[in-house]
This record gives sequence, structure tokens and C-alpha cells, in this order.
Amino acid sequence: MKLYLKIWRQFDVASKGEMVDYEIDNVSEHMSFLEMLDLLNESLIQKGERVIEFDHDCREGICGQCGVMINGRAHGPLKNTTTCQLHMRSFKDGDTIYIEPFRAKAFPVLRDLKIDRKAFDSIIASGGFIGASTGQAPEANSIPISYETAEAAFDAAACIGCGACVASCKNASAALFVGAKITHLALLPQGKIEAPKRAVSMVKQMDEEGFGACSDTRACEIECPQGISVLSIAKMNLEYVKALTFRK
Amino acid sequence: MMESKIPEGPLADKWSNYKAKAKLVNPANRKKMTVIVVGTGLAGASCAASLAEQGYNIKSFCFQDSARRAHSVAAQGGVNAAKNYKNDGDSTYRMFYDTIKGGDFRSREANVYRLAECSAALIDHAVAQGVPFAREYAGYLNNRSFGGVQVSRTFYARGQTGQQLLLGAYQALERQTALGKIKLYTRHEMLELVVIDGKAKGIIARNLETGKLERHAADAVVLASGGYGKVYYLSTLAMGCNSSAIWRAHKKGAFMAGVSWIQFHPTSLPQHGENQSKLTLMSESLRNDGRIWVPKTAADDRNPNSIPEEERDYYLERKYPSFGNLAPRDISSRAAKERIDAGHGVGPMKNAIYLDFSDAIKTQGKNAIEAKYSNLFAMYEKITGINAYKEPMLISPSAHFTMGGLWVDYELMTTIPGLFALGEANFADHGANRLGANSLLQACVDGYFIAPYTIPNYLSGELNAQKIDISHPAFEEAEKTVRRQLDRFLHTNGTLSADYFHKKIGRLLYEKCGLSRSRNKLKEALIEIRELKASFEKDLRITGDNTLNSELEKAGRIADYIELAELMCYDALQREESCGAHFREEYQTADGEAVRNDDEFCYVSAWEWKGLNNEPELHKEPLKFESVELAVRSYK
Repeated sequence: MKLYLKIWRQFDVASKGEMVDYEIDNVSEHMSFLEMLDLLNESLIQKGERVIEFDHDCREGICGQCGVMINGRAHGPLKNTTTCQLHMRSFKDGDTIYIEPFRAKAFPVLRDLKIDRKAFDSIIASGGFIGASTGQAPEANSIPISYETAEAAFDAAACIGCGACVASCKNASAALFVGAKITHLALLPQGKIEAPKRAVSMVKQMDEEGFGACSDTRACEIECPQGISVLSIAKMNLEYVKALTFRK
Repeated sequence: MMESKIPEGPLADKWSNYKAKAKLVNPANRKKMTVIVVGTGLAGASCAASLAEQGYNIKSFCFQDSARRAHSVAAQGGVNAAKNYKNDGDSTYRMFYDTIKGGDFRSREANVYRLAECSAALIDHAVAQGVPFAREYAGYLNNRSFGGVQVSRTFYARGQTGQQLLLGAYQALERQTALGKIKLYTRHEMLELVVIDGKAKGIIARNLETGKLERHAADAVVLASGGYGKVYYLSTLAMGCNSSAIWRAHKKGAFMAGVSWIQFHPTSLPQHGENQSKLTLMSESLRNDGRIWVPKTAADDRNPNSIPEEERDYYLERKYPSFGNLAPRDISSRAAKERIDAGHGVGPMKNAIYLDFSDAIKTQGKNAIEAKYSNLFAMYEKITGINAYKEPMLISPSAHFTMGGLWVDYELMTTIPGLFALGEANFADHGANRLGANSLLQACVDGYFIAPYTIPNYLSGELNAQKIDISHPAFEEAEKTVRRQLDRFLHTNGTLSADYFHKKIGRLLYEKCGLSRSRNKLKEALIEIRELKASFEKDLRITGDNTLNSELEKAGRIADYIELAELMCYDALQREESCGAHFREEYQTADGEAVRNDDEFCYVSAWEWKGLNNEPELHKEPLKFESVELAVRSYK
């Protein structure tokens, strides 16, 4: 099929970007969206032009590195799908596709479609862990965890940190990302002890990184490739309020 | 130079003996020492976090935008541990034996025993970190059996065990980053190793955001940069996986071992077209319930559901009745290729086999299958558009895990003192074939439980060594080498992209040094690789400049791949036997089974770099088996 692409080009973080038009032919419906961009880049190299920079790595929907806005939607039109797992059978011959980076103040554009998501790492560093030192640990079965609890913890732990939640939120809120980690760890007996401290420090860091507040539009849940529930945001709020209420 | 340093004593006591005698560094002195760790996957992140907890200063590097993206994240199936929770006869010894046998008796006894011994502690540690492993209804850990073994010893977190283990290690890494013990350098790529007075003392890294070359000095360097299966271009690996860190260390004097031992994973999605960039892996756990078959008649085009039972060839169950669909990866992959080459392949490109769940759905119900594999079935449908509850999956073998890597001794130190290699970057533990769910295990065990003892043992001897400054001439020289290469790529002005060369070298290796190899094909490959190398030097075209430039990044990796491919062919050519993943067509039985030659090849091949255009030099580390008898590996 033949496609008309409008792609955001921006030289570096300090430059002004713009949408640039491209045409691409011979796109097979079996190609992934990123393979389509590979094909376009190959043609740019043939013309001696700089390629379009985009982030990607595993191309299996799990590393979380890829992600662009496609026709205004994070990771494109399909539900629970990363950009690398979006295939061209979702488009039709003659379509025009708008491709832009995930936009948020806390995610500066490095070049073209590549963004800087270090803010997520800083939030994890502020408390998104269980303070267990390596090397020695009690026998695993000495901490029984019910099947349902382990599954619920997994549902939250499945977040891949791609940033689609931030990009699809009108406030650029990171509440779903932060809520998912707080929920994962607070559900487990090992993580409960630090839960109040964790909630307070992660929420504080989230604000400091420049993410906006959650106003409960639930766009994040709809665009999340892993289908993380907005209930994790409620859990975050609960843990946070509990921590402040019972703080000595 | 190649002293394996295996501790004395009975097999079961070797690691305890080592730990009891390993030298320590006083806590007050640890904060004066710095260790560079390249890679933030399971091996790198766990090593960095563990050493930081002990008090060392760590500089941690990865080329991705975040440490959490390392390719360990993509491992699906599970992680092995000899816990014997199912009371089905598992033990450290049994796991050791399965792993030694699975590796076709081409790994070190002492290393493999240590791997099995440390496995139970890993589950304990991961649970303490909050890894949400699967649980029974009573709250205890659940596990399952996995390719190549007959007991249930694989622990899993749905189909995303790698992701959950990695998040545990990544979170431990970030915790130490916040405490100031780890300085994290994301979007940085190591491009050269700095060796001073014969010891590893630093690296040259390129900041991929700015293009700036940086010098980093340390008291020891750890390479945990993963495997090089992406040399085949089409593989199950992430696009950025590469061999550059270990290859550049190799050219600085570190030996490479078992280089041609590359595992082809039996259950990935088949190639569908020319512009494809990778092959997606489907968890091998699917083989627990899926039955593998092809039509008995070659070139049978019928829909699989309309092929009657008696016209189906369940070839794994037929050829290997005691293991059937759970036969180890090398056996399963080769059996698939054999059927495909014989004209029984299915799918649009006739390059696949069927993995069929209809029997399992009939006997267990769709709900049970959904509970076990729903995410994998959903992924399959997303990629192929096919509902695998209704018709069999199409799967095929694809390049996956590299058993080869930098040669290391028992302490995981390479032939360059002060340079350590962990996880898939080293050759250790898996022999000529890796069993399913042993990869995450080895990476974690290396980083959490072994390096934290062996690296301090080395560092204790460096306490009084002179501190190296980055103005040292060795840094100057290393940086110049890197700069020269980058300039050359930018100014070649040819007509062909970096990807063009990657696809070429990948196809060449797949055909001549892939699932099966022969003397003639390997000799041809060596000639063709030299031609490709010459073409790369004059025909490459890199657009853009020396700042952020993904094409420039690729060029360096492909230059390394081409050199590595040559070594792979030398290694495969020299090893005149079939073992594990290495199947030499000249050495097989009348019914196509591998013939190993223990009299002449019971050693690890370690290769020394002898300069551009010179043949590498082979060094042999004999393998001594004291606790097991070398047996013909049979899964019949």
C-alpha cells in the first residue's frame, strides 16, 4: 500500500520542530509500524538525508522503549498495543498518518521522535523498590501470598514504563505509572512495611519532575499497552492519604 | 594465561571453600574503589546493586534510554531453581546433571554445580524483592516443568518472568543510585576498553545523546552486555543487542570461547517477508501443552484443521518418545529444520511447523489453557491475525541465545586481569546448549551471588595499586582509536546502509554457520565474509553527523559483527564433531543424530585475537569430568 506520512522532525532539545511530509510505497500489511519507519529511513539514506530518529528496542511489546503518537493516539489505534506490535494491517492504502513524539514537559524531545524519560527512573529511585539487600533472604515459601494477591500485584507490576499514560493525559500526569508501582509493592507483605514512606516520596518526586495532577479522565488506562487499571491511582491516593494521616 | 582456578575439594564443597578463603576488602577501603559495570540487564544490574550495597562506587552504563529496558526484560518462560517444592525428586545434583547433560558435556562441572547450588537462593531473594511469582491457592510458590527436564523446577511470573526479575534488579539499582553509590550513564555505549600494565582500568564510552566521547577510569571493569545472537539479523533479540563491548575487549586481549555455539530457539514466529526486522519469540512453556506436528505428505496445502489425525506427523513424539514435545532446544530446533528442509514446512513461506493446542483444549478445557497462556495467545493474534484457540500456531526455530562469549575462569574473570564478564557475555555454564529457564538464572546468579565474592577478591590486590587518571596515555590512545573509526564511517560515502550489511552477514551465517554446518560451507563463508568486509569498508553510507545518530551507532556494531562472524566460522570449522547447538553435517549417525567426539574435542575452544587479517590462535581448556560419566545424550 501507499501511505502519506506527516512526521515530527526536531534537530535537538533546543530547536523548534515541525511536521514534515513523506510518501512511502510498497508497505506490506504484515509489516510492523516500526518496520515501515525502517523502510522510510532506508529511502532517506539512499537520498543522502538524515534518518528519522525513533526509540525502539525489543520490538516485542515488552521493553517499553518505543512509543509515538499516531494520529493523536499513544501507540496508535489498537487497544493494549505498543507501537512495535502495531502492524500495518491496521491501516489502508492511501491513508495519511500523523506521527509525533510523546509530548510532556517532563519528557523533553531529544531528536525527532526520541524523548528523554529519565524522570521515570528518578521516580523509581525515590522509593519504587523494596529495601531488601542482595545475597541473603528468608526461604521464599516462608512468606505465603494468596493466589489472588500475587495476581493483582502482577497486574500492576506489568507496567513497562513507556510513558503512554503521560502522553495521553491532558495534564501529562504520571499517576498511572506511579500508582502501578505503589500498588504492586503495597499489595505484597514484603512491600507493606515501607508503603507509607514510598507513597509520600514517589508522589513528591513525581511533582518535582514536572508531571501534572490527575484529573481522572482515565485516558491513561485506555492507552496503556499493559491495560493497567486506574484503580492503581486510587490505591496510590489511599496509600498517600493514609501515610499523611497517620504520620507522627 | 588460561588458569580456570577451580577450587579444590569435592564438587559440592568447591564454592563454599572458595567463599571461605576469598580475600575481603575493609569497608573503609571499599569507598575508595570504583567498578565500571557495562550493561544493566539481570547480570549487570544485580552486580552493580550488590557491589554498591557492599560500599564500592559503581559506574553503570547502558545504551538504552533507561536501565529497565535491557533485553533480559523480554524473557518469558521462567527461571530454574532446585527447590523440590513438588516433591518430584529434584535436587542440586539432579539440576547439575540435567544442565551438564543438556550442555552436551561441554561445560565445566564446578561452574554448573555452583549454578544449581545458588539457584534456590535466587528465588528467595527475588521474592524478598517483590517479584510476583505464580502462587498456588494456599499461597505457596507454584512451578512447572520446562524444555529438557523431567521435574518441575521452573518458577514463573505469567509469561513475563524476565520482566519481573529485571524490574527487581533495576529497582535495586535505582535504590543505590539514589543513595549515591551508583552513577548511572544511560544512552552511553562502551566503544573501547582501556588496558594499563596488562590490567583493565577503564573504558571509552560514547554519549549517544550528544556524540561526545567520554573517558571513565576504574579499579575493575565488568562486562554484562549480553549475547550476540543478533549477528544473524533475524533473531529473537532486541534490535540494539550487540557484541561490541565484548568484541572490543577481545581485540584488547580477552579470549573468546565457544563462539560458534549459538542456540536456535524452537518456538519463535516464522519469517513472513523481506523487510522484517526480527523474529518474535513465543515462550517455550507452550510446549507443555502444545503438540508439534507437520503434515505427513510434503507440500500439503490443506488447512491444518482439515488434515486428519492419521495424516499428521508428530515427529518429536515419534523420534523422542520419553521427552516428546519437551525435548531440549537444540534437538527440537534441528528436528524442525529437518522436517522443513524435507518439504513438510507449513505456512505461506513453507518455513514453519504447527504447535497445536486442540488436544489440550479438549482434555483440560479452554479456560485452563487461557489461564496459563492467554497473554501469549493474544500476542500471537496481534502479530499474525490468527486465533490460536481455533487453529494451530505457526512456529519455527530462530537465532536466540549465545552460549559462547568471553572466556572466564571460575571467578568470572577474563584473560585480562580486572576484566570480568557476566551473564550471556561470558561463555560459562551452558556448554554447547542452554536448557530453558537457565539463562535468567545464570545472569542473576553471576550478578547477585558470584561477582560479589570474586570481584572483591581481585580488588583486595589492587588496594595499593597506583590510581589511574583519565589523562593517562592509554586513555588518549583508546579515544583516538574510537574517533578514527567513527570518522571513517561518516566519511566512507558509499551507497549502502548499515542495515544492508547486517542483513547480508546475517543471511550468510544462517546458511553457512547456522542450525547446521559443514566444512565446505564454512570455508566458503570465510571467503565471503572477507569480501563483505572489504565492501563494508568502501560502500557504507552513513547520513547525519557525529551527534545523536542511530545509523552511526549501527555501523560500529556491524563492523564488530563482521569480524565476529569470521571467528564463529573458524570456531565451527575447527570443531570436527557435533555437540549441542553445533551440528556438523559430517559427524552424524545414519538417522541424523549428532555424533560427539569426546576423545578429541572434550575442551573449551578459546581464541586469541592476532590482529586484522590474521588467523586467530586457538587455546584449549581441557574439560575434566570427575562427578559424571560422559554419556551419549539421548532423549529417545
